[in-house]
Amino acid sequence: MKRKQKKVLIRIILSAAMLVPLKIFAPEEEWFAALLFAVPYLVIGYDVIFKAVRNIAHGQVFDENFLMFIATVGAFATGEYTEAAAVMLFYQIGELFQSVAVGRSRKSISELMDIRPDHANIEREGIIVEADPEEIAVGDTIIIKPGERIPLDGVVLEGESSVDTSALTGESLPKTVRPGDDVFSGCIDQTGLLRVRVTKPYGESTVARILDLVENAASKKAASENFITRFARVYTPAVCFAALALAVIPPIFAGGWMTWLHRALIFLVISCPCALVISVPLSFFGGIGGASRRGILVKGSSYLETLARTDTVVMDKTGTLTKGVFNVTAVHPERISEGELLELAAYAESYSSHPIAGSILDACNTEPDRRRITSNEEISGMGVHAVIDGREVFAGNDKLMDSIGVKWHPCHHVGTTVHIAVDGEYAGHLVISDELKETSAQAVRDLKAAGVSRTVMLTGDTKAVGEDTAGKLGIDEVYTELLPAGKVEKVEELIRTKPEDKALVFVGDGINDAPVLSRADVGIAMGAMGSDAAIEAADIVLMNDDPAKLAEAISLSRRTLRIVYENIAFALGVKGLVLVLGALGFASMWAAVFADVGVAVIAILNAMRTLRAGPAGS
Amino acid sequence: MKKTFKLDELDCANCGAKMEAAIKKLEGVNDCTVSFMTQKLTLDAEDDRFDEILRQAVKVCRKIEPDCEIVIK
Repeated sequence: MKRKQKKVLIRIILSAAMLVPLKIFAPEEEWFAALLFAVPYLVIGYDVIFKAVRNIAHGQVFDENFLMFIATVGAFATGEYTEAAAVMLFYQIGELFQSVAVGRSRKSISELMDIRPDHANIEREGIIVEADPEEIAVGDTIIIKPGERIPLDGVVLEGESSVDTSALTGESLPKTVRPGDDVFSGCIDQTGLLRVRVTKPYGESTVARILDLVENAASKKAASENFITRFARVYTPAVCFAALALAVIPPIFAGGWMTWLHRALIFLVISCPCALVISVPLSFFGGIGGASRRGILVKGSSYLETLARTDTVVMDKTGTLTKGVFNVTAVHPERISEGELLELAAYAESYSSHPIAGSILDACNTEPDRRRITSNEEISGMGVHAVIDGREVFAGNDKLMDSIGVKWHPCHHVGTTVHIAVDGEYAGHLVISDELKETSAQAVRDLKAAGVSRTVMLTGDTKAVGEDTAGKLGIDEVYTELLPAGKVEKVEELIRTKPEDKALVFVGDGINDAPVLSRADVGIAMGAMGSDAAIEAADIVLMNDDPAKLAEAISLSRRTLRIVYENIAFALGVKGLVLVLGALGFASMWAAVFADVGVAVIAILNAMRTLRAGPAGS
Repeated sequence: MKKTFKLDELDCANCGAKMEAAIKKLEGVNDCTVSFMTQKLTLDAEDDRFDEILRQAVKVCRKIEPDCEIVIK
């Protein structure tokens, strides 16, 4: 508790201690009783009165303090001394609860985001000193000890360690880094000492960008937040005028001025819209905080709101659903062994810089002995020709085989086929294809379970490859052989055909698809750790490249929105009910205080549930 | 120009909403958000009159919630 809050607590105890005996031994004389009750009233309410007077001088008529002041003074005037003092007391208790609850939630959300490194170790004149990460320049070498947070993005020069990336990605499995690997600020070095060459200044490093993004998320307000603020602006004056009407109109016809005045005062107590105004942004803030803990960065409450209405999910293939890394997925030799075929292919391709050559060499797993290769030439657009151990080897596509007159046969596996011919005879083929991510199929199933009715895949790849991938994953629609501009057109077409109140989400890896990301209702970039372009272009950023996070993000947004609506309905419902009961004479001023501050506290506690899901798996 | 300022002692969410609405009405202000949660004010206003607009914004805030202060670095 802050000092200010402690002071209020002392005043609450003092005033309650005076009220209880006063209630029991209340003096007979009216004036004397009023005087005695004024003491605890002033103890608990002097600041409210002070603020009421000051704010009215500033022309703030519908000020919370002023309304409380009028209500309690009114209660005094109608002879309800106990009620006046007690209502002020309970109002202050409620306010104190409210301020403690908001303070706590603010703290727990900012703790979630506590990934800011506090220092960097740098070697200066042979001694290791601690420095402010902001003072480190690009190119400097920093030292990271086990247990420390990596302060800046960089490349490992020396050392090997496992790095905990969970604060950024929500991924609980640590990542192993070796010399030459990139490391990102915000992760924790778990086991070994690392020497890292800094590649980005602090302001541009991953941790600074993430913090910046989450902190600014609050300024992109959701429609329901704006609705609540607009509602609040009308609500208070409306309830106040209703109070005035209640105090004047019924008694003209029915008499009983005191009764109606008392009912009108109840209205004034309920007239503050604080519960709503606090709980809605708090729910969104909690939702954004909880999501970022799981490696899902949301750039604004408005995107969380749109995401909850998702009906169509459009996904890019390469890099999103597939690994984007090409691997040898099938080896079909003829007359020789698999190992031999692979070795021949690797030797033939060993001088090539084509990505396919790289994947064959990776699959072969042994460094080719180049002395065995006596001649090597690349045949543009077709493949390679090499002489290995004196044998004529051709490796390449259908066209190459046709041109040298070797009979080949197609493969039933989908992907890029590399045929190999040795001394003019067909030796078999390899199939190279992009691998599906392990979680892609589950991710598509999860999306359907989360209520997404239409899943679409877009790809620049061939029809055969695209349809094969979509079929394996259970994706509803697939559009192939699209250029980047074609993807934008396709998304626009899909937006036109979807139901008006639903949202379309596009998911890509942030490379080359910035225009599509910005065209979709919500653009999600994945695998964004270290990719500035993706962070820039997307509305929601998935720090790792696991497509399973998509369904998680959608259900998280729905959960947040449900809590927002619960709070709106609850607060409006209770206030409405107490207003009606108050007008009919069934609700006391006590009920009104509950409808004001009590509801606010409950709504805050409910809003905090958005956070509780915590990091994935715990 | 867009700048973010910290708000000290912003205790009431409704006051924040009122400040936001009032600052938005000032001349030369393109956009303004007050976040009760992060206790921050983001002001987007005309470049050449920014300081003057900021001074007016401070005045408006003081009128609505005298306890709350815009921290200007």
